[in-house]
Amino acid sequence: MLDKNGIAKRIAREVKDGMYVNLGIGIPTLVANYIPAGIHVTLQSENGILGMGPFPVEGEEDADFINAGKQTVTLLPGSSIFDSATSFGMIRAQKVDLTILGAMEVSEQGDIASWKIPGKMVKGMGGAMDLVASAKNIIVAMQHVNKAGESKLLKQCTLPLTGVKCIKRIVTEMAVLDVTPQGFKLLELAPGVSVEQVKNATAGRLIAEGNIPEMKID
Amino acid sequence: MSKVVNNVDEAIRDINDGANIMFGGFGLCGIPENCIAALVRKGVKGLTCISNNAGVDDFGLGLLLQKHQIKKMIASYVGENAEFERQMLSGEMEVELVPQGTLATRCMAAGYGMPAIFTPAGVGTEVAQGKEVRKFKFNGVEKDYLMEYAFDADFAIVKAWKGDTEGNLIYRATARNFNPVMAMAGKITIAEVEHLVQPGELNPDHIHTPGIYVHRIFQGEKFEKRIEQRTVRKKIKLHHKLLLFDNR
Repeated sequence: MLDKNGIAKRIAREVKDGMYVNLGIGIPTLVANYIPAGIHVTLQSENGILGMGPFPVEGEEDADFINAGKQTVTLLPGSSIFDSATSFGMIRAQKVDLTILGAMEVSEQGDIASWKIPGKMVKGMGGAMDLVASAKNIIVAMQHVNKAGESKLLKQCTLPLTGVKCIKRIVTEMAVLDVTPQGFKLLELAPGVSVEQVKNATAGRLIAEGNIPEMKID
Repeated sequence: MSKVVNNVDEAIRDINDGANIMFGGFGLCGIPENCIAALVRKGVKGLTCISNNAGVDDFGLGLLLQKHQIKKMIASYVGENAEFERQMLSGEMEVELVPQGTLATRCMAAGYGMPAIFTPAGVGTEVAQGKEVRKFKFNGVEKDYLMEYAFDADFAIVKAWKGDTEGNLIYRATARNFNPVMAMAGKITIAEVEHLVQPGELNPDHIHTPGIYVHRIFQGEKFEKRIEQRTVRKKIKLHHKLLLFDNR
């Protein structure tokens, strides 16, 4: 089983040289820490940054420099700033190569639910609906099961949807899976995890063909 | 006729009960804090507010919420506000949640003189309920799009870093966010700026919002510019320029 940083490390391997990448809040943000040296990546923050840098050192934080999580950040040399319409314009027009975000549920059709639990406080979808509706390449980073032990990889989502038929790849603490017309296709297993364990933790159709390799994370 | 008003109270003089107002800003970054404070003082009620967020309990639009001045909030994310949650759950305030890109583009459409836009955001979700869906073949792919209307706001209130007496505006860093698209979208646009300068002092090539969109401008008396999530890293050498995003 992987911890949060393990999931982030595995996803970092999907990031290729030259990509423009949007990272969601939570585990996706951690991916930035594991992008291999030598790979040039430009991070997009949907409040209007391309070329987002690390957090500032103490004393250099500036209220006018924040990321989509409202955290103080810095800009890297070569960065640019733009308004919110331009930011979602580049997302809608698929200029952003890779989107990594969290989810509460993913269905075997690639539907995603991530913004609302009926009866609980609704905070809003932010930019998630725009991102999932347009991104050509989305990776979901999430736990395989929820806190109650129930699978988050379902036949159908039970929560209100963020987007339909849009998720292609999922990385959890147990496995890497692709959404295919036949169901969740098991691609890789986390160290120490068996196909049987993944099967038990997956409520949707799971396809496990042949010898499933172990994830490489370092 | 000068666009320059003497103070914030003059800038908001005709904002009355029931007004429909856009507020620039993302979180607490780039919000028109002087105008918000003046609207709280004026005590106008029944406002419809269009803003990406709703402030925090004691700053930004949260100040208007505290005084029960907001009737309806149109936003994409309203997380950091306990009073907001209370008023929403009790039904005191109506809330319309809009995907962030849709929110920005509905502002942009208004500023560009277009009544509606088509976007894929929200197709197949509850956001699509009651909306026209149309299929377009675009970039070789056939896909469903939602029709979303341009906003129709009485006032847009924005915050810029620098502005001149002609109403030309320049924003600073991510305090730009929704401000330029909202500035274009108001029937009356009010700009509060950190530095008000004379014509000729701003390079025309550097203007973000052309003055034609701005009806009133003034230099704010003070800007607190509160930071919502202060995150810093330790002063150590980074082995990769993107390292340490998780604030360890």
